[in-house]
Order: sequence, then C-alpha cells, then structure tokens
Amino acid sequence: MSVLVVAEHDNKNLKSSTLNTISAAEKLSEDIHLLILGNKIEDLAKSSKSIQLVKKVIICDHEKLENQIPELSSPIISNLAENYSHILAPSSTFGKNLLPRVSALLDVTQISDIIGIESQDTFIRPIYAGNAISYVQTDQKINLMTVRPTSFEKCEETGGDAAVENISFIDSEVKTTFVSREVSKSDRPELGNARVVVSGGRGLENSDNFKLLYDLADKLNAAVGASRAAVDSGYIGNEYQVGQTGKMVAPELYIAVGISGAIQHLAGMKESKVIVAINKDLEAPIFNIADYGLSSDLFQAIPEIIKELDLLNQI
Amino acid sequence: MKVLVAVKRVVDYKVQIRVKSDNSGVETQNVKMSVNPPDENAIEEAVKLKEQGLANEIISVSIGDDKSQDVLRTSMAMGIDRSILVKSQNTLEPLAVAKTLKIIIDKEKPDLVLMGKQAIDDDSNQTGQILSALLNWPQGCFISNLKIENNKVFISREIDEGIENLETSLPAVLTCDLRLNTPRFASLPNIMKAKKKPLETIDIDTLGIDTSSKIKTLKVIEPPKRKAGIMVNDVKELVQKLKYEAKVI
Repeated sequence: MSVLVVAEHDNKNLKSSTLNTISAAEKLSEDIHLLILGNKIEDLAKSSKSIQLVKKVIICDHEKLENQIPELSSPIISNLAENYSHILAPSSTFGKNLLPRVSALLDVTQISDIIGIESQDTFIRPIYAGNAISYVQTDQKINLMTVRPTSFEKCEETGGDAAVENISFIDSEVKTTFVSREVSKSDRPELGNARVVVSGGRGLENSDNFKLLYDLADKLNAAVGASRAAVDSGYIGNEYQVGQTGKMVAPELYIAVGISGAIQHLAGMKESKVIVAINKDLEAPIFNIADYGLSSDLFQAIPEIIKELDLLNQI
Repeated sequence: MKVLVAVKRVVDYKVQIRVKSDNSGVETQNVKMSVNPPDENAIEEAVKLKEQGLANEIISVSIGDDKSQDVLRTSMAMGIDRSILVKSQNTLEPLAVAKTLKIIIDKEKPDLVLMGKQAIDDDSNQTGQILSALLNWPQGCFISNLKIENNKVFISREIDEGIENLETSLPAVLTCDLRLNTPRFASLPNIMKAKKKPLETIDIDTLGIDTSSKIKTLKVIEPPKRKAGIMVNDVKELVQKLKYEAKVI
C-alpha cells in the first residue's frame, strides 16, 4: 500500500523535518505520496516533485490554508486516508498540532514521535522523556504516526520526477483566525537540523551574556539552543529550547554551556554524537553524559575557545 | 463561564524512572506520583479565571483508579470547586481519554476546557487535539498566554519557530505549556478545605464507549546508556580533542 507524508513547509520551502519523515516512509513503502496543504504553493510543488523517493505530490492550494489552521487541514487529510496504509507527519509542533485531529476524524489511535520502524505494524517510540523505549504494535485499518525528525536521515531532494495532482479544497466552518507569528530571524542554521549546536543555561545569568554564545556559535557555524531554565528566566526565546517539551536535537557536536543537565533537557539532546559540557559545578549531572567535560568558569572559557578556534584556522 | 480542567496522575517529574525487569513497562508501584506538570498550569489558569471573575465554576476531571483521587484533591486545594473521577482500572490511550472526557463535557457543558499539552509519562501530546475534533470546538495547543474578553479568546501558542497568536471563540479546548503561568502551592488550610469539596465518582463501564487498547506494547527497554567521557584540564586540550580525536570541528 501507499504511504502519505504530510509536508511541513512555509508555503515557499519544505522544512527539513519533511525530508526526515520521507526517509521514515521509505521503510514502509516504495509508493510515497507527499501532501502539501498551503497557499500559493505552485513553486513549492515544482521543487518537491524532484525528491527521488516521492512518487506523487498532492497539492491543495487555497488562501485559507496559508496559516495551516488544523481545523481546516485535518478534514482534507482524513478524506484521503482510505488510499493509504500509513499517514506520517513530523513530530514538530506542526505535526503534533495537526495529526491527532486526523486520528479523531478517522477513529484510530495515533502513535506519537516514533524513532524507529521495525515492520509495517511495529514501531519504536520513547516514553518518559526518553528514559524508556517502547516497542508498540497495532492492527488498525490505518496507521497514523508522527516521526521524530532527528531519528531518520534527510532524504535527497533531487533525482526524481514525481507526478503532481491537485485536489480541491474542502471548506469547514472555522472559528479561529490567525493574528500574527513572532519569528526570530537568524542567519544561523536551523536548530533541529544543525551539525553543531551551542546551548546555554542558567549559568549565562542574563540575556546579554548570550552574546558570548552567539559569537562561539558563529565561529562554529552552529545553531544556538537553550535549557528550559534559560528560556523561563527570559534570557532567550522559547523557540531555542532543547528538551522534553522543547526541540529534540541530535547534532554531531553539542556544546552545553552553563547547563546543569536536568532530565528534561537531557531528553532533548542525549542522542547527539559528541557532547561537550562546560560548567563550573563539578557535580552537575550534565558531566555524566558528556564525552568531554570542562570544569571552568564559562565567562573565561568561551572567549578562550574562540581564541583557540581562531588559532586553529590560521594553521 | 464554566471551566473544566482535565488532570492526569503521573510519576513525579523528579523521580528517576525504572524499567520493569520483565520489560512489560515502567515501575509505577511505590514511586511518588503527582499531578502531570502542565496539567498544574491548566488548574492554575482556571483558578485565575475564577479570581478574575471570568469563571463562576471550575471543575476538574481525572480518569484512573481510586488513587487518582489524590490529584483531584490537589486540584481542589489549589482552588478547583469540585471534581469528577472516572474510574478505570486500565490505562487508556489518548483517543479513549478524549472520548471519555467528551461524555463528561456533554453532561457538564463547560465553556472552556483546559489541560496540559502532554503527559510526561507517555509523552503522546494528543488528547486536547482529539477532544477538540470530537467536540468540533476550536483548538489552541501549547498556549503560553490566554486572554478572554467578551467571549473572544486570544491565545499565544509556542511553536518551533517562535510564537503564534490566534483569535478564537468559546467554547474551546486549550492545551497549556509550562510557561503559561506559575502554579501556586496549596496551603495547609486549603488542603484541609479540599477534603470537604465534592468528588463524584463515575464508573467508566457505565459510559458505553470503547476504551480498549488499539496499540499493544510488546516490550519496554532502557535506552542505550552513554558511556562516561573524560574531563579535560583546559580549553586548549578541549579544542585539540574536538579537532583531532572526535574530529567534529
């Protein structure tokens, strides 16, 4: 049977989480269809059809879909469901907001945040903030799943020539209107997708001191992250939070600066390949999972690291 | 306005959980249990709405065995007026939880339903969204700000890109982020008072809905442990290790 992937995008480009989700779909079927719901998405449809793994791009282009209100998009998805064995969406705030509504309309139980696919009906997902791993099996008529992007590689965006099918918009009476979106602009890589992440915690003491981290991040072409303590203290915006209730990251290098290592933070970053912890408190739990620990005052260590990196680059 | 808050009893967030030796699940016997943290934010918000004079009755609902009475008593100690326990021996999946809540909502007719954005045990993050679809009410998920004026509802949602602001209307289902507010501590006098507040018990079997599991748990295992690393002496050593040993910079 075919598998449907619901695309996360901004009406211009696919989010990388969509590419990870397509890779997950590849483990289930060779016939992968990509569903793009949005406004003025002709160009997006054109660029998406070149994804090699995708056999068909289904688009629903309507001005009411501009802001992806789930009350409007969920009936369009459930209406397509009978053609598919599985429907997948990234387990980002986009997918979490949307797919459970589809599950309600189809009267099936969704499986959230899968990190592995054992077979057509058996999936692996973390529970208790990743402190336990659950293997679950289902025999429902259709499987709805959100996919943790960091657990699957990004698929290639080229090499394909998928068919494009337009479907008509189904209107629903919706009482919610979009007001605004507060998005911080940054030239740094996307947090969920960066090769290197530099994260700060309460040890940074205030928002001005986060500039130190930005300098280090820019040296390493890294994304910036933060612990919940730092976000709650107002040092930095919520979109930077790494952890159980924030973003999941798994970069090649994660540098935790002034972060003690609460369970809920570790849940969001412990799949990183190499973890560096810089903290003056030797007892901080972050050292228990760090590959390289440095017990030092971060306000001295970070400028020194920047200097050392400059030296390396001169050689 | 009447507000209904859904509350789940979970292993306390400070407990280091243990996987059962037979790999059938996570040990929940003889460990500290508490109100699911973001559900506390939902309770706090309901109490604030009552204090502001916007809500006249605030009720809490939990689904679980007799022990779930303790989280309902906690909610009443924080200021909830009365509680309903839907008794179930089995752990329900989000779809069954939402169907159960819908029946209670059809009976109680609240104008607003609040709950945490996810439970910290199964981390599903589904119930509010499903409930909103079943009721055909507006949904507002992961909210960090709420303002209600003349039946209009203004919310800020925490999304991966930042904050999204929406306007909607009552009745609605809203799921709460931890940053929505700071839940109050229940004072001792209020804990005593809560013992006298009404707590109604309903047997889930009398509701006539399918609450059977659609997902079978084959096994639960511990995650792979990271091996302990090394402490470096100074920044120079750290940068050298990252460059020549780990080869990540």
